Amino acid sequence: MAPPANRRSGFSRRAQYSTFLSYIAGAIGAVVGLGLVVISIANPGAFSGLRGAAADVTEPAAKATAAGRTVSKTVVNDIAGFFKFGSEHARLERELAEAKVRLVEADAIRAENKRLKQLLDLTRSDEGAIATARLTSSTSGSTRRYATLDAGRDKGLTKGMPIRSKLGLVGRILEVGASTSRVLLITDTESLVPVRRSTDGVPAFAQGNGDGTLRIRLINLGINPLKKGDVMVTSGSGGLYRPGTPMAILTEIVRDGAVARVLSNPSDTDYVMIEKVWTPKPPPPAHENSETFAE
Amino acid sequence: MMGPRRSAATGPRINRAPSPLVALTLPWISIMLASLVPGWLMIASAPVLPPLGFLFFISWQQLRPGLLPIWAGLPLGLFDDLFSGQPFGSAVLLWSLSAIVLEVIETRLPWRNFVTEWLVAIGLIVAYIVLSLGLVNIAGAAAPLHVIVPQIVISVLSYPLVGLIVAKIDRIRLTPLMVLK
Repeated sequence: MAPPANRRSGFSRRAQYSTFLSYIAGAIGAVVGLGLVVISIANPGAFSGLRGAAADVTEPAAKATAAGRTVSKTVVNDIAGFFKFGSEHARLERELAEAKVRLVEADAIRAENKRLKQLLDLTRSDEGAIATARLTSSTSGSTRRYATLDAGRDKGLTKGMPIRSKLGLVGRILEVGASTSRVLLITDTESLVPVRRSTDGVPAFAQGNGDGTLRIRLINLGINPLKKGDVMVTSGSGGLYRPGTPMAILTEIVRDGAVARVLSNPSDTDYVMIEKVWTPKPPPPAHENSETFAE
Repeated sequence: MMGPRRSAATGPRINRAPSPLVALTLPWISIMLASLVPGWLMIASAPVLPPLGFLFFISWQQLRPGLLPIWAGLPLGLFDDLFSGQPFGSAVLLWSLSAIVLEVIETRLPWRNFVTEWLVAIGLIVAYIVLSLGLVNIAGAAAPLHVIVPQIVISVLSYPLVGLIVAKIDRIRLTPLMVLK
Protein backbone atom coordinates (compact mmCIF):
# COMPACT_ATOMS: atom_id res chain seq x y z
CA MET A 1 0.00 0.00 0.00
CA ALA A 2 1.39 3.37 -0.98
CA PRO A 3 1.46 6.13 1.62
CA PRO A 4 -1.18 8.80 1.16
CA ALA A 5 0.03 11.37 -1.34
CA ASN A 6 -1.35 14.39 0.46
CA ARG A 7 1.38 14.18 3.11
CA ARG A 8 4.00 15.35 0.64
CA SER A 9 4.80 19.00 1.22
CA GLY A 10 6.05 19.54 -2.33
CA PHE A 11 6.86 23.13 -3.24
CA SER A 12 4.31 24.69 -0.91
CA ARG A 13 6.16 26.90 1.56
CA ARG A 14 3.26 26.68 4.01
CA ALA A 15 3.24 22.88 3.96
CA GLN A 16 7.03 22.77 4.36
CA TYR A 17 6.91 25.10 7.36
CA SER A 18 4.13 23.13 9.05
CA THR A 19 6.07 19.87 8.55
CA PHE A 20 9.17 21.51 9.98
CA LEU A 21 7.25 22.90 12.97
CA SER A 22 5.68 19.53 13.74
CA TYR A 23 9.15 17.98 13.84
CA ILE A 24 10.25 20.78 16.19
CA ALA A 25 7.23 20.05 18.40
CA GLY A 26 8.19 16.37 18.49
CA ALA A 27 11.76 17.26 19.42
CA ILE A 28 10.48 19.56 22.18
CA GLY A 29 8.47 16.59 23.52
CA ALA A 30 11.65 14.51 23.65
CA VAL A 31 13.55 17.34 25.42
CA VAL A 32 10.74 17.73 27.98
CA GLY A 33 10.83 13.95 28.54
CA LEU A 34 14.58 14.03 29.07
CA GLY A 35 14.18 16.85 31.58
CA LEU A 36 11.49 14.92 33.49
CA VAL A 37 13.67 11.79 33.55
CA VAL A 38 16.61 13.76 34.95
CA ILE A 39 14.38 15.30 37.64
CA SER A 40 12.86 11.95 38.60
CA ILE A 41 16.28 10.28 38.76
CA ALA A 42 17.68 13.09 40.91
CA ASN A 43 14.62 13.13 43.15
CA PRO A 44 12.58 9.89 42.91
CA GLY A 45 9.72 11.29 45.02
CA ALA A 46 9.28 14.40 42.87
CA PHE A 47 6.17 13.16 41.07
CA SER A 48 4.70 10.97 43.81
CA GLY A 49 1.86 13.45 44.38
CA LEU A 50 0.89 13.32 40.72
CA ARG A 51 1.07 9.52 40.62
CA GLY A 52 -0.92 9.26 43.84
CA ALA A 53 -3.65 11.53 42.46
CA ALA A 54 -3.83 9.48 39.25
CA ALA A 55 -4.11 6.25 41.23
CA ASP A 56 -6.83 7.80 43.43
CA VAL A 57 -8.85 8.84 40.37
CA THR A 58 -8.70 5.42 38.71
CA GLU A 59 -9.23 3.51 41.96
CA PRO A 60 -12.95 2.59 41.50
CA ALA A 61 -12.32 0.93 38.13
CA ALA A 62 -9.19 -0.80 39.41
CA LYS A 63 -11.14 -2.11 42.41
CA ALA A 64 -13.85 -3.50 40.16
CA THR A 65 -11.36 -5.38 37.99
CA ALA A 66 -9.58 -6.67 41.10
CA ALA A 67 -12.87 -8.22 42.23
CA GLY A 68 -13.38 -9.72 38.78
CA ARG A 69 -9.85 -11.11 38.83
CA THR A 70 -10.58 -12.93 42.10
CA VAL A 71 -13.84 -14.38 40.77
CA SER A 72 -12.25 -15.72 37.58
CA LYS A 73 -9.45 -17.31 39.61
CA THR A 74 -11.99 -18.97 41.92
CA VAL A 75 -13.89 -20.42 38.97
CA VAL A 76 -10.69 -21.93 37.53
CA ASN A 77 -9.77 -23.33 40.93
CA ASP A 78 -13.25 -24.82 41.39
CA ILE A 79 -13.07 -26.67 38.07
CA ALA A 80 -9.55 -27.91 38.81
CA GLY A 81 -10.64 -28.97 42.29
CA PHE A 82 -13.47 -31.10 40.91
CA PHE A 83 -10.98 -33.35 39.11
CA LYS A 84 -8.54 -33.61 42.02
CA PHE A 85 -11.13 -34.11 44.74
CA GLY A 86 -10.39 -37.69 45.88
CA SER A 87 -6.62 -37.55 46.14
CA GLU A 88 -6.81 -34.08 47.62
CA HIS A 89 -9.21 -35.25 50.34
CA ALA A 90 -6.94 -38.14 51.35
CA ARG A 91 -3.91 -35.86 51.48
CA LEU A 92 -5.74 -33.30 53.60
CA GLU A 93 -6.85 -35.95 56.12
CA ARG A 94 -3.27 -37.15 56.46
CA GLU A 95 -2.02 -33.61 56.91
CA LEU A 96 -4.73 -32.80 59.43
CA ALA A 97 -3.67 -35.71 61.60
CA GLU A 98 -0.08 -34.47 61.51
CA ALA A 99 -1.14 -30.90 62.15
CA LYS A 100 -3.09 -31.89 65.27
CA VAL A 101 0.05 -33.34 66.78
CA ARG A 102 2.02 -30.27 65.79
CA LEU A 103 -0.61 -28.03 67.36
CA VAL A 104 -0.19 -29.73 70.73
CA GLU A 105 3.56 -29.32 70.42
CA ALA A 106 3.12 -25.67 69.49
CA ASP A 107 0.96 -25.10 72.57
CA ALA A 108 3.69 -26.54 74.74
CA ILE A 109 6.33 -24.39 73.06
CA ARG A 110 4.20 -21.28 73.40
CA ALA A 111 3.79 -21.90 77.12
CA GLU A 112 7.50 -22.43 77.51
CA ASN A 113 8.21 -19.30 75.45
CA LYS A 114 5.92 -17.27 77.69
CA ARG A 115 7.66 -18.57 80.80
CA LEU A 116 11.11 -17.78 79.38
CA LYS A 117 10.02 -14.30 78.31
CA GLN A 118 8.73 -13.66 81.81
CA LEU A 119 12.12 -14.69 83.10
CA LEU A 120 13.80 -12.20 80.76
CA ASP A 121 11.19 -9.52 81.53
CA LEU A 122 10.17 -9.09 77.87
CA THR A 123 6.71 -7.85 76.93
CA ARG A 124 5.03 -8.85 73.73
CA SER A 125 4.61 -5.83 71.45
CA ASP A 126 1.35 -5.05 69.68
CA GLU A 127 1.07 -7.17 66.54
CA GLY A 128 -2.28 -6.08 65.23
CA ALA A 129 -2.58 -5.18 61.56
CA ILE A 130 -3.46 -1.55 60.91
CA ALA A 131 -5.69 -2.27 57.95
CA THR A 132 -6.67 -4.94 55.46
CA ALA A 133 -6.72 -3.92 51.82
CA ARG A 134 -6.54 -5.27 48.31
CA LEU A 135 -3.80 -4.99 45.72
CA THR A 136 -5.63 -3.44 42.77
CA SER A 137 -3.00 -3.04 40.09
CA SER A 138 0.66 -3.55 39.34
CA THR A 139 3.24 -2.37 36.84
CA SER A 140 3.08 -5.55 34.77
CA GLY A 141 4.78 -3.98 31.76
CA SER A 142 7.76 -2.43 33.52
CA THR A 143 10.97 -3.82 34.98
CA ARG A 144 10.13 -2.17 38.29
CA ARG A 145 7.81 -4.11 40.57
CA TYR A 146 5.24 -1.77 42.07
CA ALA A 147 1.67 -2.52 43.06
CA THR A 148 -1.18 -0.25 44.06
CA LEU A 149 -3.11 -0.76 47.27
CA ASP A 150 -6.69 0.48 47.69
CA ALA A 151 -6.00 2.09 51.07
CA GLY A 152 -4.08 5.26 51.77
CA ARG A 153 -4.05 8.16 54.18
CA ASP A 154 -7.76 7.53 54.86
CA LYS A 155 -6.87 4.26 56.61
CA GLY A 156 -3.93 5.79 58.47
CA LEU A 157 -1.16 4.33 56.35
CA THR A 158 2.27 5.90 56.27
CA LYS A 159 5.45 5.37 54.30
CA GLY A 160 7.51 2.29 55.11
CA MET A 161 4.76 0.08 56.54
CA PRO A 162 5.29 -3.61 55.70
CA ILE A 163 2.59 -5.44 53.76
CA ARG A 164 1.97 -9.15 54.24
CA SER A 165 -0.56 -11.75 53.26
CA LYS A 166 -1.50 -14.86 55.21
CA LEU A 167 1.36 -16.70 53.49
CA GLY A 168 4.16 -14.21 53.96
CA LEU A 169 5.73 -10.84 53.25
CA VAL A 170 4.55 -9.03 50.10
CA GLY A 171 6.34 -5.67 50.23
CA ARG A 172 6.30 -2.27 51.86
CA ILE A 173 4.58 1.06 51.26
CA LEU A 174 6.59 3.52 49.20
CA GLU A 175 4.19 6.40 48.54
CA VAL A 176 0.86 7.19 50.17
CA GLY A 177 -2.02 8.87 48.36
CA ALA A 178 -5.42 9.95 49.64
CA SER A 179 -7.14 6.59 49.16
CA THR A 180 -4.46 4.51 47.46
CA SER A 181 -0.81 3.79 48.10
CA ARG A 182 2.09 2.48 46.10
CA VAL A 183 3.78 -0.71 47.25
CA LEU A 184 7.33 -1.81 46.49
CA LEU A 185 7.05 -5.58 46.09
CA ILE A 186 9.86 -7.72 47.53
CA THR A 187 10.68 -9.01 44.04
CA ASP A 188 11.80 -5.53 42.92
CA THR A 189 15.54 -5.16 42.44
CA GLU A 190 15.64 -2.23 44.87
CA SER A 191 13.95 -4.16 47.68
CA LEU A 192 16.39 -5.45 50.27
CA VAL A 193 15.06 -7.36 53.28
CA PRO A 194 17.17 -8.71 56.15
CA VAL A 195 16.27 -12.38 56.64
CA ARG A 196 17.37 -15.43 58.59
CA ARG A 197 16.89 -19.15 58.17
CA SER A 198 13.79 -20.19 60.07
CA THR A 199 15.46 -23.18 61.74
CA ASP A 200 18.74 -21.81 63.07
CA GLY A 201 18.86 -18.12 62.19
CA VAL A 202 21.66 -18.00 59.60
CA PRO A 203 21.57 -14.26 58.68
CA ALA A 204 21.25 -13.08 55.08
CA PHE A 205 19.76 -10.43 52.82
CA ALA A 206 16.96 -11.11 50.35
CA GLN A 207 17.08 -8.95 47.25
CA GLY A 208 14.65 -9.05 44.35
CA ASN A 209 15.92 -10.37 41.04
CA GLY A 210 13.31 -8.57 38.98
CA ASP A 211 12.04 -11.80 37.41
CA GLY A 212 9.87 -13.01 40.29
CA THR A 213 12.61 -14.74 42.27
CA LEU A 214 14.73 -13.56 45.18
CA ARG A 215 18.46 -13.63 45.57
CA ILE A 216 19.55 -14.64 49.08
CA ARG A 217 22.99 -13.24 49.97
CA LEU A 218 24.63 -14.60 53.09
CA ILE A 219 26.16 -12.04 55.42
CA ASN A 220 28.68 -14.48 56.80
CA LEU A 221 30.76 -15.73 53.87
CA GLY A 222 32.57 -19.04 53.90
CA ILE A 223 30.97 -22.44 53.70
CA ASN A 224 27.43 -22.06 52.40
CA PRO A 225 25.20 -23.79 54.97
CA LEU A 226 21.98 -23.30 52.98
CA LYS A 227 20.04 -26.22 51.55
CA LYS A 228 17.32 -26.51 48.97
CA GLY A 229 13.90 -26.21 50.62
CA ASP A 230 15.03 -24.06 53.55
CA VAL A 231 12.56 -21.35 54.53
CA MET A 232 13.78 -17.80 55.13
CA VAL A 233 11.90 -15.49 57.49
CA THR A 234 12.43 -11.79 58.14
CA SER A 235 14.96 -11.14 60.89
CA GLY A 236 13.79 -7.64 61.80
CA SER A 237 17.32 -6.32 62.10
CA GLY A 238 17.42 -2.64 61.32
CA GLY A 239 13.70 -2.35 61.93
CA LEU A 240 10.88 -1.88 59.36
CA TYR A 241 9.96 -5.56 58.90
CA ARG A 242 8.64 -7.45 61.91
CA PRO A 243 10.86 -10.45 62.70
CA GLY A 244 9.53 -13.90 61.93
CA THR A 245 7.40 -13.09 58.88
CA PRO A 246 7.79 -15.99 56.40
CA MET A 247 9.26 -14.82 53.16
CA ALA A 248 10.85 -17.29 50.74
CA ILE A 249 11.76 -20.90 50.10
CA LEU A 250 15.15 -21.74 48.59
CA THR A 251 15.06 -23.38 45.18
CA GLU A 252 18.66 -23.27 44.00
CA ILE A 253 21.94 -22.99 45.90
CA VAL A 254 24.70 -20.79 44.47
CA ARG A 255 28.21 -20.09 45.73
CA ASP A 256 27.50 -17.19 48.09
CA GLY A 257 23.82 -17.78 48.84
CA ALA A 258 20.78 -19.06 47.03
CA VAL A 259 17.95 -18.27 44.66
CA ALA A 260 14.57 -18.38 46.35
CA ARG A 261 10.91 -18.47 45.42
CA VAL A 262 8.58 -16.02 47.15
CA LEU A 263 6.15 -17.79 49.50
CA SER A 264 3.40 -15.25 49.10
CA ASN A 265 3.04 -14.87 45.34
CA PRO A 266 1.38 -11.46 44.91
CA SER A 267 -0.70 -12.69 41.97
CA ASP A 268 -2.43 -15.19 44.26
CA THR A 269 -2.94 -12.89 47.22
CA ASP A 270 -6.42 -11.52 47.51
CA TYR A 271 -6.33 -9.35 50.60
CA VAL A 272 -3.18 -8.14 52.33
CA MET A 273 -2.57 -6.85 55.83
CA ILE A 274 -0.72 -3.63 56.52
CA GLU A 275 1.39 -3.77 59.67
CA LYS A 276 2.97 -1.07 61.77
CA VAL A 277 6.57 -0.15 61.05
CA TRP A 278 8.54 -2.37 63.37
CA THR A 279 11.07 -0.60 65.56
CA PRO A 280 13.51 -2.70 67.53
CA LYS A 281 14.04 -1.76 71.15
CA PRO A 282 16.80 0.83 71.57
CA PRO A 283 19.95 -0.61 73.12
CA PRO A 284 20.13 -0.15 76.91
CA PRO A 285 21.85 3.12 77.92
CA ALA A 286 25.54 2.84 78.72
CA HIS A 287 26.48 2.65 82.40
CA GLU A 288 27.96 5.70 84.00
CA ASN A 289 31.19 4.00 84.89
CA SER A 290 31.78 3.13 81.20
CA GLU A 291 31.59 6.85 80.41
CA THR A 292 34.24 7.58 83.00
CA PHE A 293 36.39 4.94 81.35
CA ALA A 294 36.01 6.75 78.02
CA GLU A 295 37.25 9.95 79.55
CA MET B 1 -17.87 -8.44 -3.08
CA MET B 2 -15.74 -7.23 -0.21
CA GLY B 3 -15.25 -3.72 -1.62
CA PRO B 4 -18.78 -2.32 -1.66
CA ARG B 5 -19.64 -3.83 1.72
CA ARG B 6 -16.60 -2.23 3.34
CA SER B 7 -17.40 1.17 1.96
CA ALA B 8 -20.93 0.79 3.29
CA ALA B 9 -19.76 0.00 6.81
CA THR B 10 -17.27 2.85 7.01
CA GLY B 11 -16.94 6.10 5.19
CA PRO B 12 -19.76 8.45 4.26
CA ARG B 13 -23.17 7.08 3.39
CA ILE B 14 -26.12 8.95 2.06
CA ASN B 15 -27.21 11.39 4.73
CA ARG B 16 -24.65 9.97 7.23
CA ALA B 17 -21.06 10.88 8.13
CA PRO B 18 -18.57 9.81 10.84
CA SER B 19 -18.71 11.94 13.95
CA PRO B 20 -15.62 14.20 13.94
CA LEU B 21 -15.43 14.02 17.75
CA VAL B 22 -15.23 10.21 17.77
CA ALA B 23 -12.90 10.19 14.77
CA LEU B 24 -10.47 12.54 16.51
CA THR B 25 -10.56 11.29 20.10
CA LEU B 26 -10.82 7.52 19.73
CA PRO B 27 -7.09 6.95 18.95
CA TRP B 28 -6.09 9.00 22.00
CA ILE B 29 -8.61 7.26 24.27
CA SER B 30 -7.60 3.78 23.07
CA ILE B 31 -3.89 4.48 23.68
CA MET B 32 -4.61 5.82 27.17
CA LEU B 33 -6.74 2.79 28.02
CA ALA B 34 -3.95 0.51 26.75
CA SER B 35 -1.58 2.28 29.15
CA LEU B 36 -3.97 1.97 32.06
CA VAL B 37 -5.88 -1.31 31.87
CA PRO B 38 -3.09 -3.98 31.68
CA GLY B 39 -1.97 -3.04 35.20
CA TRP B 40 -5.35 -4.05 36.55
CA LEU B 41 -5.35 -7.52 35.01
CA MET B 42 -2.78 -9.13 37.28
CA ILE B 43 -0.41 -8.45 40.13
CA ALA B 44 2.70 -9.53 38.26
CA SER B 45 5.94 -10.46 40.00
CA ALA B 46 7.95 -10.13 36.78
CA PRO B 47 7.60 -7.97 33.65
CA VAL B 48 5.33 -10.28 31.66
CA LEU B 49 2.90 -8.06 29.78
CA PRO B 50 4.02 -6.04 26.76
CA PRO B 51 4.07 -2.24 27.10
CA LEU B 52 0.62 -2.11 25.50
CA GLY B 53 0.31 1.67 25.53
CA PHE B 54 3.43 1.94 23.40
CA LEU B 55 2.30 -0.86 21.05
CA PHE B 56 -1.03 0.94 20.48
CA PHE B 57 0.82 4.23 19.97
CA ILE B 58 3.03 2.92 17.16
CA SER B 59 0.24 0.81 15.71
CA TRP B 60 -2.01 3.86 15.29
CA GLN B 61 0.84 5.74 13.66
CA GLN B 62 1.50 2.94 11.21
CA LEU B 63 -2.18 2.46 10.36
CA ARG B 64 -2.99 6.16 9.96
CA PRO B 65 0.20 8.17 9.40
CA GLY B 66 -0.34 11.78 10.35
CA LEU B 67 -3.48 11.15 12.39
CA LEU B 68 -1.55 11.60 15.62
CA PRO B 69 0.71 14.68 15.53
CA ILE B 70 4.43 14.13 16.11
CA TRP B 71 4.14 15.80 19.53
CA ALA B 72 1.48 13.26 20.64
CA GLY B 73 4.19 11.42 22.56
CA LEU B 74 4.31 14.25 25.10
CA PRO B 75 0.74 14.10 26.50
CA LEU B 76 0.26 10.36 25.91
CA GLY B 77 3.66 9.54 27.40
CA LEU B 78 2.87 11.69 30.44
CA PHE B 79 -0.29 9.68 31.00
CA ASP B 80 1.59 6.38 30.57
CA ASP B 81 4.25 7.49 33.06
CA LEU B 82 1.61 8.00 35.74
CA PHE B 83 0.86 4.27 35.77
CA SER B 84 3.80 2.44 34.20
CA GLY B 85 6.21 2.35 37.15
CA GLN B 86 9.07 3.65 35.03
CA PRO B 87 10.96 6.77 36.16
CA PHE B 88 8.64 9.69 35.42
CA GLY B 89 9.32 11.11 31.96
CA SER B 90 10.81 8.00 30.37
CA ALA B 91 7.72 7.36 28.23
CA VAL B 92 7.57 11.05 27.24
CA LEU B 93 11.14 10.83 26.02
CA LEU B 94 10.96 7.45 24.29
CA TRP B 95 7.50 7.90 22.75
CA SER B 96 8.49 11.31 21.32
CA LEU B 97 11.68 9.88 19.86
CA SER B 98 9.86 6.90 18.33
CA ALA B 99 7.21 9.21 16.83
CA ILE B 100 9.96 11.16 15.08
CA VAL B 101 11.65 7.94 13.89
CA LEU B 102 8.34 6.59 12.58
CA GLU B 103 7.59 9.84 10.78
CA VAL B 104 11.01 9.83 9.11
CA ILE B 105 10.64 6.18 8.03
CA GLU B 106 7.12 6.90 6.87
CA THR B 107 8.22 9.69 4.51
CA ARG B 108 11.26 7.80 3.24
CA LEU B 109 9.75 4.36 2.50
CA PRO B 110 8.07 4.43 -0.90
CA TRP B 111 5.88 1.41 -0.21
CA ARG B 112 4.75 -0.58 2.79
CA ASN B 113 3.45 -4.04 3.55
CA PHE B 114 2.76 -6.18 6.59
CA VAL B 115 6.32 -7.50 6.88
CA THR B 116 8.09 -4.14 6.61
CA GLU B 117 5.72 -2.56 9.13
CA TRP B 118 6.22 -5.44 11.52
CA LEU B 119 10.01 -5.24 11.11
CA VAL B 120 10.00 -1.50 11.80
CA ALA B 121 7.76 -2.10 14.82
CA ILE B 122 10.03 -4.90 16.08
CA GLY B 123 13.01 -2.56 15.93
CA LEU B 124 11.14 0.11 17.85
CA ILE B 125 9.72 -2.32 20.44
CA VAL B 126 13.09 -3.93 21.20
CA ALA B 127 14.77 -0.53 21.42
CA TYR B 128 11.97 0.77 23.65
CA ILE B 129 12.09 -2.13 26.14
CA VAL B 130 15.90 -2.15 26.31
CA LEU B 131 16.08 1.65 26.74
CA SER B 132 13.33 1.50 29.38
CA LEU B 133 15.44 -1.02 31.29
CA GLY B 134 18.45 1.28 30.84
CA LEU B 135 16.56 4.25 32.31
CA VAL B 136 15.34 2.13 35.22
CA ASN B 137 18.90 0.99 35.89
CA ILE B 138 20.24 4.55 35.75
CA ALA B 139 17.57 5.44 38.32
CA GLY B 140 18.99 2.85 40.71
CA ALA B 141 17.56 -0.59 40.00
CA ALA B 142 20.22 -3.07 38.93
CA ALA B 143 17.98 -5.33 36.88
CA PRO B 144 19.82 -7.82 34.66
CA LEU B 145 19.18 -7.93 30.92
CA HIS B 146 17.68 -11.44 30.91
CA VAL B 147 14.66 -10.17 32.87
CA ILE B 148 13.22 -8.45 29.78
CA VAL B 149 13.75 -11.30 27.28
CA PRO B 150 10.28 -12.87 27.83
CA GLN B 151 8.69 -9.44 27.60
CA ILE B 152 10.43 -8.68 24.30
CA VAL B 153 9.30 -12.00 22.80
CA ILE B 154 5.70 -11.52 23.95
CA SER B 155 5.64 -7.91 22.73
CA VAL B 156 7.02 -8.73 19.28
CA LEU B 157 4.60 -11.62 18.80
CA SER B 158 1.57 -9.72 20.07
CA TYR B 159 2.15 -6.70 17.85
CA PRO B 160 0.11 -8.03 14.88
CA LEU B 161 -2.74 -8.71 17.31
CA VAL B 162 -2.53 -5.12 18.54
CA GLY B 163 -2.59 -4.04 14.89
CA LEU B 164 -5.79 -6.04 14.40
CA ILE B 165 -7.43 -4.44 17.44
CA VAL B 166 -6.38 -0.98 16.29
CA ALA B 167 -7.83 -1.69 12.82
CA LYS B 168 -11.14 -2.71 14.44
CA ILE B 169 -11.16 0.48 16.53
CA ASP B 170 -10.41 2.42 13.36
CA ARG B 171 -13.54 0.98 11.74
CA ILE B 172 -15.59 2.05 14.74
CA ARG B 173 -13.92 5.46 14.50
CA LEU B 174 -15.16 5.92 10.93
CA THR B 175 -18.62 4.46 11.40
CA PRO B 176 -21.12 6.98 10.02
CA LEU B 177 -23.00 7.90 13.17
CA MET B 178 -23.92 11.47 12.54
CA VAL B 179 -27.05 12.33 10.54
CA LEU B 180 -26.40 15.14 8.09
CA LYS B 181 -28.95 17.91 7.93
